[in-house]
Amino acid sequence: MTDLPPFLVVLPLVASVVVLFAGLVRSKTGWPIAALAGLGQLGLAAVAVYRVFTAGPTSYVVGGYESFYGIELVIDGLSASAVLLVAAVSLGVLAYARTAGPRGNPFYATYLLLIGGLTGVAVTGDVFNMYVFIEISGLTAYALVASGDTGRSAVAALKYLIVGTVGASLYLLGVGYAYIGTGTLNMADLSAQLAQVGYGSTLVQTAFVFIAIGLFIKTAVFPLHTWQPEAYAGSPDSVSGLISALVSTTFAYALIRVSLSVFTPDFFATADLAQTLLLVGAVVSIVAGSLLAVSQTEIKRMLAYSSVSQFGLVLAGLAVLNQTAIVGTSVHLLSHAIMKGGLFLAAGLIATATGAREVHEYEGLSERMPYAAGAFAVLALSMVGVPPTVGFVGKWYIAFGAVQAQLWPLAAIILASTLLTLAYFARLVERMYFREPATMADRAESEATAAQPDAVVADGGRPSVGMYAAVFVAAVLAVTLGAAVVPFAEQLAPTLELLLS
Amino acid sequence: MIDAALAAGPVELLATRSYYVGTFLLLGIGAYVMIASPNLVKKVIGMNIFQTGIFLFFIAAAYVDGAQSPVLEQAGPYVSPLPHVLILTAIVVGVSLTAVALGLIVRIYNEYGTLEADVLQEVRTDD
Repeated sequence: MTDLPPFLVVLPLVASVVVLFAGLVRSKTGWPIAALAGLGQLGLAAVAVYRVFTAGPTSYVVGGYESFYGIELVIDGLSASAVLLVAAVSLGVLAYARTAGPRGNPFYATYLLLIGGLTGVAVTGDVFNMYVFIEISGLTAYALVASGDTGRSAVAALKYLIVGTVGASLYLLGVGYAYIGTGTLNMADLSAQLAQVGYGSTLVQTAFVFIAIGLFIKTAVFPLHTWQPEAYAGSPDSVSGLISALVSTTFAYALIRVSLSVFTPDFFATADLAQTLLLVGAVVSIVAGSLLAVSQTEIKRMLAYSSVSQFGLVLAGLAVLNQTAIVGTSVHLLSHAIMKGGLFLAAGLIATATGAREVHEYEGLSERMPYAAGAFAVLALSMVGVPPTVGFVGKWYIAFGAVQAQLWPLAAIILASTLLTLAYFARLVERMYFREPATMADRAESEATAAQPDAVVADGGRPSVGMYAAVFVAAVLAVTLGAAVVPFAEQLAPTLELLLS
Repeated sequence: MIDAALAAGPVELLATRSYYVGTFLLLGIGAYVMIASPNLVKKVIGMNIFQTGIFLFFIAAAYVDGAQSPVLEQAGPYVSPLPHVLILTAIVVGVSLTAVALGLIVRIYNEYGTLEADVLQEVRTDD
C-alpha cells in the first residue's frame, strides 16, 4: 500500500467538505462526521507509523509524474510521528470540543481543514507544496481563533493573520532564492543541487536565512512571537488547546525538515551564520519566554509565553545537530504538544467550572476541583521536567546532546530553563495546593467577572465527561510516555542517520 | 555570476536587475505600511503590497538569463513556466488571506466602531 501518503491528506480535506455540505441539510451533523474522520485519520496514521518503523520510509509522487517533476510526498520516521501526533491530538481536542464548543458545522469543517493542512506540511517532500500547506494551516488557524464570539478573538485573529502572512511570505522568498539557484523545488533534488551551488554561496545562505526567519515567525520564536499570546488567549478554550499543541509544533517540524533534508548538516558546518542564527534564537527564546511567562497574570497568556520558551529548547536541540540532540528535539516537540495542549484544555476546564482565568483565582483550587487541579499539576510538573515524566526525558536528551557537542554555555542554559519553567509553574501549583480558597465575597466577584462574554463556555458551567477525559488522557500520557522514549529513539535512529549523514 | 555583476559597477548592477530592486522596494513599502499605518484596512493593503513584491520576485526570476529551466535540457532562451504556475497559486492564497482579513475587520468594526489600531487599543483597555 504505497498509496497511503495522499490519503492522509485527502481524508480530512474530503471530510471537511462533507461536513460543510451536511450542514446545509441538517445542522448538528458536524461533530459525528468529524469524529469519524478523526478516528479514520488516527487509523491511517497508525498504519503509516507501523509501516515506516517496520519497512522503512515510503514516498509517493502525486499525479504519476516522474520523481522531481511531480510533487512528492515522503513519509519517514519523523514525519510519521508528526502525522500521528496531529491525528491523536486533534481527536482528543474533538472529544473536548463537543460540549465546550464552539459549535456548528462551519467550525468542524475548518477544524478538519486545519488537520489536513498540518498533515500536509508533515508529509510533503516539496518546498513549494509545503508553502501551500503552511498557508492552508495558517488560514484555518486564523479562522479558528476568530471563532470565539468576542471582539477580542477577532482582533487577535487579525494580528495573527498579518504577522503570520509575513512569516509565510518570507518562507516563500527563501524558497524563491533556492529555486533561482537550482531550478528545482523537490527537497531531495534541491538538497543535492544546493550542495553543487556551494554552501558558502551568498545565495544559498540568504535562502536559508529567509526560510528560517519566516518559520521563526510561524513558530513564535522570541522576538517574533508577538502574535502568539493574544492568539492563544483570545481564542475559545478548545481552539487554544488545538493550535497551541499542533500549529507551532508543525511549523517547528517544517524548520527541522528543511534544515536537515534540504540544507543538510554539511551546510551548517560550512555556514556558521546559520548555526549562530538558530543558537541565538534558541537562547533568547528560552530566557525571554520564561521571564515574560513569570510576569503574566492571565493563565492562558502565561501558558502561551511558556510555549515561546519551550520552542527555544526545540531550536536548541536543532542547533546542536547531533543525533542525541535531534532525538531530544523530536521527543520534546511531540511531548510539548501533548503537555501544552493538555494544560490549555485543563485551564479551559477550570475556567468553565469556576470562572478562574487569572493566576490569583487559582488559590485553593485543589479543594474546589481536586481532579482538574491534579491533572493540571501533573502536566505542569511534566513541563518543568520532573522525572520520570516525558518532559524530563526530552530535555535530558537535548542537554546531553549539547554536552556531547561540548557547547557548555548552551547546556547550562538548557538546565537553567528547567528552573525558569519551575518559576512560573511552581507559583500556580503553590496557589492551588497550599493556599486557602478566596473568601466567598471574592469568589462571587470572580464569578461575576467570569460571566462577561470573554468566557466563551461559561454558560452552563458544567464540564462534560469528554472534557475531563481529554485532560486526563493528556496527563496520563505525560507521565507514561517517558518510558516509551527509549524504544522510540531506537525506531527513529535509522531515519536520523539518513538525515544527519 | 554575482561577482561578475559586482565588478561591473553599481549602476550596471541596478540596471540589469531592476526587477529585483522593484521587489525589495515593494517589500519595504509593504512592511512600512503594515507597521506605520494605524488603519487596519491599510495594514491589509500593506500586506498585499508585501506579497506582490514576492510575486514579482518569482516572475522576474523566470525570465533572467543564467537561471535554469526546470524541464528542458537544451540550451536556449526560455521563459520558465513553473514560477508562473507557482505564483498563480500564491495569488490565490493571497486573495483568500485578504478575504479573511477583511471579514475580520468588518467584525472588529461592528464590535468597536473603529478601524484605527490606536483607538482600538484605548477602547479595549476601557472594557
